[in-house]
Amino acid sequence: MQIKVRLFATLREGRGKEQMMDFADIATPQAIFDRLDIPSADVAILLINGFDGKFDQPLKDGDTVSIFPPVGGG
Amino acid sequence: MQKRYIKNENMLSREENLSLREKRVLVVGCGGLGGHLIEQLARLGIGHITAIDGDVFDESNLNRQLLCHVDNIGQPKALVAREHTARVNPDVKVTAIHAFLDESNAEEIISGHDVICDALDNMTTRLLVQQYAEKLRIPMVYGAIAGWYGQVTTIFPGDNILGSIYQGGSNKGIEQELGNPSFTPALVASIEVSEVVKIIIGRGQLLRNRFLMINTLDQEYEVFDI
Repeated sequence: MQIKVRLFATLREGRGKEQMMDFADIATPQAIFDRLDIPSADVAILLINGFDGKFDQPLKDGDTVSIFPPVGGG
Repeated sequence: MQKRYIKNENMLSREENLSLREKRVLVVGCGGLGGHLIEQLARLGIGHITAIDGDVFDESNLNRQLLCHVDNIGQPKALVAREHTARVNPDVKVTAIHAFLDESNAEEIISGHDVICDALDNMTTRLLVQQYAEKLRIPMVYGAIAGWYGQVTTIFPGDNILGSIYQGGSNKGIEQELGNPSFTPALVASIEVSEVVKIIIGRGQLLRNRFLMINTLDQEYEVFDI
């Protein structure tokens, strides 16, 4: 299955903005983090097709996963 | 209508302009975002602004905090905000609180306001503000910055956006590595103020249940429905 992965802010550094990722069978956001070497602690907001997602949520072919780091300054 | 508000009147009706004078807005934090928020709210003619911050100005604030000057280093940010507002628009009543908002004072400080503006620098206190905003039925405009990046959303009682969308327990963000420049606070604060005005006048489309993600490095501005 193919998943569109969108990265935001500093998560783009060395990884690019957007990519299609192939998975043979089961895919989860955590598997995407692992493949892109993104520590879970660096993920503050996770959207799957625009909705709040869970790290272990099974993904479907054609899903879009958007990953944001924490932004907390004022 | 006083002459000072004439340039506001082309986009806001006279009634809308006058309604701003009746409102009380709480700005939590008087640093990067807070300085711009207070300045803009005062020039609009918001009737009453409460400015709270327990911190004092430091030389490292000079790069981005509008109210920080070389001659007020070491002075309480909230008190400087009140002095500054008096010079910008003496019509505006400012309550300055030189303290940090926490569990012990949150309810008393937040109650009685029409809108809350988030200008904080940590998630723990933002969640506390959201909790009491919900309890006291007050809308809240969230803003956060980090380097080239910013976020804005508007939260009404019951929305619980921050609790539902934020993963993990990170209290700080990538601003720890990136710092913050002069322009991101001004940009994010300006968008927050536009949300405050729309909440008050009941016109226009809010960022309610929508999250604005700002990236000035790539100049990307994207709104996510959440």
